[in-house]
Amino acid sequence: MSNDTKHNDADVGTTGHEWDGIEELNNPMPRWWVWCFYLTIIWGIGYAIAYPAWPLINGATKGLLGYSTRAEVARDIARVDAANADLVDRLTTVDLTTIRDDAELHGFAVNAGASIFAANCSQCHGRGAAGVQAGGYPNLLDDAWLWGGEIEDIAFTVTHGIRNEQSPDSRYSQMPAFGKDGLLMDDEIESLAHFVLSLSGRDHDADLASEGAPLFMDNCAACHGDAGEGMIEIGAPNLSDAIWLYGGSFDDITTSIHNARFGVMPAWAEEFRAAGGLTPAEVNAVAAYVHQLGSTQ
Amino acid sequence: MSSSENVPLYAKHEPVFPRKVKGKFRSLKWGIMIVTLGIYYLTPWIRWDRGAELPDQAVLIDLANRRFFFFWIEIWPHEFYFIAGLLIMAGLGLFLFTSAMGRVWCGYACPQTVWTDLFIATERWIEGDRNARVRLWNAKWDARKLRLRATKYAVWVLIGLATGGAWVFYFTDAPTLLVDLFTGTAHPVAYTTMAILTATTVFFGGIAREQVCIYACPWPRIQAAMMDEDTITIGYRDWRGEPRKHSEPVKAGEPMGDCIDCMACVNVCPMGIDIRDGQQMECITCGLCIDACDDVMSKINKPRGLIDYLSLDDLPAEAAGEPTKPIWKHILRPRTLIYTALWSLVGVALLVALFIRTDIEMSVAAVRNPTFVTLSDGTIRNVYEVRLRNKHGEARPFELSLKSDAELALTVQGLETGDTTVMAPADDTHFVRVFVSAPAGSAAATADRTPLRFWVEDTINQERAHQDTHFNGTGGF
Repeated sequence: MSNDTKHNDADVGTTGHEWDGIEELNNPMPRWWVWCFYLTIIWGIGYAIAYPAWPLINGATKGLLGYSTRAEVARDIARVDAANADLVDRLTTVDLTTIRDDAELHGFAVNAGASIFAANCSQCHGRGAAGVQAGGYPNLLDDAWLWGGEIEDIAFTVTHGIRNEQSPDSRYSQMPAFGKDGLLMDDEIESLAHFVLSLSGRDHDADLASEGAPLFMDNCAACHGDAGEGMIEIGAPNLSDAIWLYGGSFDDITTSIHNARFGVMPAWAEEFRAAGGLTPAEVNAVAAYVHQLGSTQ
Repeated sequence: MSSSENVPLYAKHEPVFPRKVKGKFRSLKWGIMIVTLGIYYLTPWIRWDRGAELPDQAVLIDLANRRFFFFWIEIWPHEFYFIAGLLIMAGLGLFLFTSAMGRVWCGYACPQTVWTDLFIATERWIEGDRNARVRLWNAKWDARKLRLRATKYAVWVLIGLATGGAWVFYFTDAPTLLVDLFTGTAHPVAYTTMAILTATTVFFGGIAREQVCIYACPWPRIQAAMMDEDTITIGYRDWRGEPRKHSEPVKAGEPMGDCIDCMACVNVCPMGIDIRDGQQMECITCGLCIDACDDVMSKINKPRGLIDYLSLDDLPAEAAGEPTKPIWKHILRPRTLIYTALWSLVGVALLVALFIRTDIEMSVAAVRNPTFVTLSDGTIRNVYEVRLRNKHGEARPFELSLKSDAELALTVQGLETGDTTVMAPADDTHFVRVFVSAPAGSAAATADRTPLRFWVEDTINQERAHQDTHFNGTGGF
């Protein structure tokens, strides 16, 4: 009853494929389909000429349009930099003590500072800024600051570094190596260590500590203070709190008194570095980031 | 037998000239076309007041700000599961309708069908009905043919422009964009999108038409798995129609069917097929052949329904004059009931999710590097990164608090001790760094982990959200 030739085997035949008696008819494609297929081939040839396409030993063909994804990324970065130019200008000249009043600038600084910190600071201070006690790298999350935890103090430390020769204004102080240099005898260092332990209320031998008290006044109090409260101006650590840069055990303290221990930090400002230095805006950004991590000063 | 040598590489497109038809299914199709196209073209123009800081367009896909507005509902990216749920419902609904009533989606509601119908109606309005269009197709190119074709394509392009135009209006404020489009100040993406959608609308609706359904759409292939012998679909009652009457005189005593082979069903078919050949992949079950045949049957005083919506299962019983299954028994069967149950399940789940969601949300991530910090007085402090979501159209003061059996104190970075109220900006996520401290030597400071619960409260309407987390003490070290 059908006069529809599209389904008639005799007209188009089969492809020769047959599965359990089911045969595949060899119906022709629609004309537009075939033309679309040819068009994609032509498009493919044109595309391979216009855009980078053929892999060669050193890279690939460049393509007539000169397109490259790297150049596109560079354009995108330039566009973002241009959009941020105003914020960067403000960050360069901002008075850091008032940066919090400008929520937009502070947010920009903290986010920028986080990536600057990850790239430049996290190698020593750790990705989470918790420091590394074994190496004497300070924890930046707590409220104890050797050289001051106000935001300008942090910016100054980042700019000039600690105990380096690149910046004449670098933070500098030096504790004598009391044992190594023969300034104190081993038994004096032992009683001194017990006295230091007593300053923060740690377990100690009271007799030895009382023997150590005059030694502390003679040798240590000038920098660390009579009560061991430290002195931020010269980076002398507070010995009466719960925070110990090199560890607070008897052995740790003995070693510190015997050898004297201190760390160094590069001056990060670009004027003190041949390469990889931070611009004033970047210094301010990383200072703002570090300051909001947990400093309560 | 293979005869590929004799087969041409491609088949020439056979143009289809559907004839005008009147009837109940045609009227239904007009109605659905008006409703669906009306929804599509007019929805972007509906306004909905959401306050000063949010758009007042009722339905808006705001890609730049990653928001989807639908009347009183606002979907944020993390709530995309609502869209996923709707898509699952659409899929299950399609299964349900196809297994119950065949390809009703294809025949009535598919955009390809609706727009093709609109384009054919336009073509008929300009060039005339089937016979006139066939004549015009075969006619030599003269001024009249050129004029008619130019008019037709001009109207098609206008429909295409309206279609592409309506599409871009869903993505930004429609009245503003309309002015921008006419003054040439709209974003190039808007013009490009409109140009592409205009071209595709004219191509798919005006030129490709049934070719899209036959060659491009996967649904005709899938539907076979959805349908069975109970499915209500369009069929030809061959027991009634055959043998067909032809124009030559019928000899006395020769059996005669009701079909007079008038080709009305073939001439109205937008897919260019003959339904009397039986079920075919090309058939979109639009019902126009039923209208055409019913019209002829009423003229020759025969009962309607020679071509009809029917279940193939009934045909042998009908032929034998036996009672057939009632229609509800065809539709209510385990398969359709299971699809309905699944569809309802997803729908109820989405409704529940919609009603229990709040305009205030909080997520808390405890900082694990390091897990705790010792302060100079021995206090143990943990840091939490808190993200507050304010879905209101204005900034709101959100008060943070914590609940714990242990002695824990909460401070918010950047705020004075004791002040835990932050301003959450309108329709945004606000990030705050929160410190929780346990005094030196306290239970929480020396334990490994202490449970605690963060609460956030909108101080204006007292809506609250909470999240549980832990406080890490020195006990783990």
